[in-house]
Amino acid sequence: MGHIYTPGLKVAEYTRVSKRRILPLKGEVVVGVGDIVDPQDVVARTELPGNVDQINATNLLGGDPEDLRNFLIVDLGQPIKKGDIFAQNKGFFGTGLFKTSLRMPFDGAVESVSKITGNVILRAKPIPVEVTAYLAGEVTEVVPEEGVVVESNATFIQGIFGIGGERFGEIVIVTPEQKSDLTEDLIHEDHRGKVLVCSRKVTAKAFNKAIDVGAKGIVGGGIDDRDLRGILGMDIGVAITGSEDIYTSLIVTEGFGNIPMAESTFELFKKYEGFGASINGATQIRAGVIRPEIVIAQPKPPDGFTEPVEATAGLDIGSVVRVIRVPYFGLLGEVIGLPPELCVLESGSKARVLEIRFADGREEIIPRANVETIEK
Amino acid sequence: MNKKPEDIKVILATDCGSTTTKAILITLQDGEYRLVIRGEAPTTVEAPFEDVTMGALNAITEVSELANRKLIDENDRIIRPSNGDEGSDIYISTSSAGGGLQMMVAGVVRSMTAKSAENAALGAGSIVMDVIASNDKRPAHEQIERIRQLRPDMILLSGGIDGGTVSHVVELAELISAADPKPRLGIGYHLPVIFAGNIDAWESVRDILEKKVDLRLVENIRPTLEEENLKPAREMIHNLFMEHVMAQAPGYKKLMNWTDAPIMPTPGAVGVIMKRVAEEEGIQVLGVDIGGATTDIFSVFKNPTFDSSKPENEKDNPKTFFNRTVSANLGMSYSISNVFKEAGLENIMRWVPFVMDEVDLRNQVKNKMVRPTTIPQAMETLILEQAVAREALRLAFIQHRSFATTLKGVQKKRTISETFSQSVEDSLVDLMGLDILIGSGGVLSHAPNRNQAAMMMLDAFQPTGITRLAVDSIFMMPQLGVLSTIHPKAATEVFHKDCLIYLASSIVPVGTAKPGQSTGKYRIETEGGEVYEGELKIGEMKMYPLGVDESAKLVFHPTHGFDIGGGKGKEIEETIYGGTVGIILDGRGRPLYMPEDNAERVAALKKWLLTLEVYPKSAIDR
Repeated sequence: MGHIYTPGLKVAEYTRVSKRRILPLKGEVVVGVGDIVDPQDVVARTELPGNVDQINATNLLGGDPEDLRNFLIVDLGQPIKKGDIFAQNKGFFGTGLFKTSLRMPFDGAVESVSKITGNVILRAKPIPVEVTAYLAGEVTEVVPEEGVVVESNATFIQGIFGIGGERFGEIVIVTPEQKSDLTEDLIHEDHRGKVLVCSRKVTAKAFNKAIDVGAKGIVGGGIDDRDLRGILGMDIGVAITGSEDIYTSLIVTEGFGNIPMAESTFELFKKYEGFGASINGATQIRAGVIRPEIVIAQPKPPDGFTEPVEATAGLDIGSVVRVIRVPYFGLLGEVIGLPPELCVLESGSKARVLEIRFADGREEIIPRANVETIEK
Repeated sequence: MNKKPEDIKVILATDCGSTTTKAILITLQDGEYRLVIRGEAPTTVEAPFEDVTMGALNAITEVSELANRKLIDENDRIIRPSNGDEGSDIYISTSSAGGGLQMMVAGVVRSMTAKSAENAALGAGSIVMDVIASNDKRPAHEQIERIRQLRPDMILLSGGIDGGTVSHVVELAELISAADPKPRLGIGYHLPVIFAGNIDAWESVRDILEKKVDLRLVENIRPTLEEENLKPAREMIHNLFMEHVMAQAPGYKKLMNWTDAPIMPTPGAVGVIMKRVAEEEGIQVLGVDIGGATTDIFSVFKNPTFDSSKPENEKDNPKTFFNRTVSANLGMSYSISNVFKEAGLENIMRWVPFVMDEVDLRNQVKNKMVRPTTIPQAMETLILEQAVAREALRLAFIQHRSFATTLKGVQKKRTISETFSQSVEDSLVDLMGLDILIGSGGVLSHAPNRNQAAMMMLDAFQPTGITRLAVDSIFMMPQLGVLSTIHPKAATEVFHKDCLIYLASSIVPVGTAKPGQSTGKYRIETEGGEVYEGELKIGEMKMYPLGVDESAKLVFHPTHGFDIGGGKGKEIEETIYGGTVGIILDGRGRPLYMPEDNAERVAALKKWLLTLEVYPKSAIDR
């Protein structure tokens, strides 16, 4: 019997979370192995090459491109202030009269001069880039000149889809009822800097209000595609997100539509209300899949916590699964049968299926491809 | 591979798609190679597995169980060579699990060298993120900023005809150098930049870029104003795609160590098999492989200017033109939302014979995007997915037709006036001369009934005249493509016996008229003496049975203004062949007649779907 692999989002109350925090270019690592770090602590920094401007100096100064080097009055790479002259011609017939000068448009340096085109490349001062720890935890590895690995014991919850990048804030439950949508009236000024959790659907109006009050993130069960388009001002064609220019990150745990967050997930959020959470809405549903996540650092195991038995990667009788496609989308149930033969679905397709018993006792046949395990 | 072809008796092959991994087992039976069984499993690029080989092992395990043949040992290694009821002699694979290729292209003149570079990049299967040109009116600092922001997988730089401008080309190289672009993946890895411009600029470009990027120099994409030479640049893009993009799929390097032949990219392998069909049969072929992330279209058409008095030569006097386009963001799972975005709601819904709530519909599409390995359980969901498929195919085909003029891989002649207008000449894709349309990919190969596949292809490609429709029976063309490179006999035998399923001969008069007006009269006489005759009116579809191995004589007399292949109003007489669906007469006209009024559209759609037995009546009467 082969393994039956099925994808599943990880929801774990207490697990080891490890994050590589790597610079985009080589630079300096400012922490060491064993250092205890907070999410906003800088662990590595570098400088990206500054912005660039290109000027055709030959056109402005006259002469041939080959002569351009003679007009430079600074060395390549030498720091120059904004407004200072960096090139000057010899003036009218070389007499020094009526000289034409070129001034730096910004603080920076002359990077290169082309003998062929007569262009001068001017580069602004480098742009500092810092990488933060993201997690509250311990530095367990230093990758010289590149970054570090930060590890933390934490509650770890993966979402299905998100937008916006890394944020950190305190968890606040904004929909006390497990089945309420997040509407704008539930958001107020006190939510500045917080990660707001709602148990059901996030609306566009509520999301925009959250941006207005300065909330760091919103975590909900679902969102209508219409509202997502309203937030982004565009339709998403492929699920590669994370670089949106929005203050508040969004993570949905279940999918698109009016779907409640899985009860066990919501209970975890309730339990850890008031705790700090590192969240990241970045999603990439392509090779090297990235799902959005919420990480709540837990310095010690929660009361009554017992190490879970090593979960099997497969699907077995008794596995608890969630249906992830209509017509039973979002329902949780227990696997009660795994018939090996192909079964004809209502659509007429033949597929490998499983028999499931839902919480209300109803039993149905579901394609194996349409369920996911919730890894615990 | 060291094994002699005659020693290969058991072949195991997989195709690691972006969504599903498919495994097939082929054995030598009574002197010929035949497919034994296939298995499939979700591709495992997502946590907690993140290793493409796990999906491959799982698909092979399914094959193993179904064939009752042990193929994997206790250490998860593929058993080789075969011994009795165990193992296989070779294991080969194709893959498209690496995701799409994102490129930026640059050229001196937007409508000329930059356009040629864009053609080459698109033809190689890339998404073109931006086109930088010396005359695109953006200031240099904006162009530089754009290059830095986008972080493409690679850049194709062109510009200047050979012996022409050097300074403009060098200027572009300086822009790239100033931007100092970084690839999306990894530190210490240089961004590949292909230079395919003025040969006189090689040295200067090398001086400027060599230390900053992974520079590759290839022949000029536009050696003279009137010539286009896309092949060298396109091949280099493909090579770099393999080296840098495909290899990013988790576990891919492990898979490379398992196989007995180099892993081929899926579109490359399908192209090999399409080309082989056209060559063997001497026919014009259009093929499509619609996957989860991409839709690939292949065509082999005769060279209208082939000079039979001279020897056939691929570069100067090719007998046929082979074209391939890969539409990177048109697909049925990862890219389904993009199909929706590109085609628009109205175009998708025109193929759905009932009303759906828009909010719910859009949510369903997005849920498929975020959970790409799910399959339609309900009939309504299947109908919706097949509507999306029609649009993905239609859009990919539009792209193919517009590029099939310039992607033939040999120099293309244009007159000076055409050069400046860069007008799109008539595409090489001549639907009236097309002999066979072959569909592959999950949504076509695994459609619950073959009539659905035939209808999707008719609606999307809108073939004209007389065209045979076929599908890849179980979506195994990629595996047969790679197999054909090492064991042509096995690939050919399995292709003809087990892979290609003929669906129908479609008979489509071209022209326009008012609904109910005649397009022509037909008479079909089968080998068995059965006669079908009548008049085909605008807005009508008809279907007659004709078995897979059967043929019939067709006489079609089109009315004035309609053409069935012999010219307007000219009668034709031809032998047609059957298939699992039979004979389809499509009187919807070309361009396809679709009522504008919603109620009339739904009524017409239902009539067509019921006539061709595409869906059960209960499913569309809602």
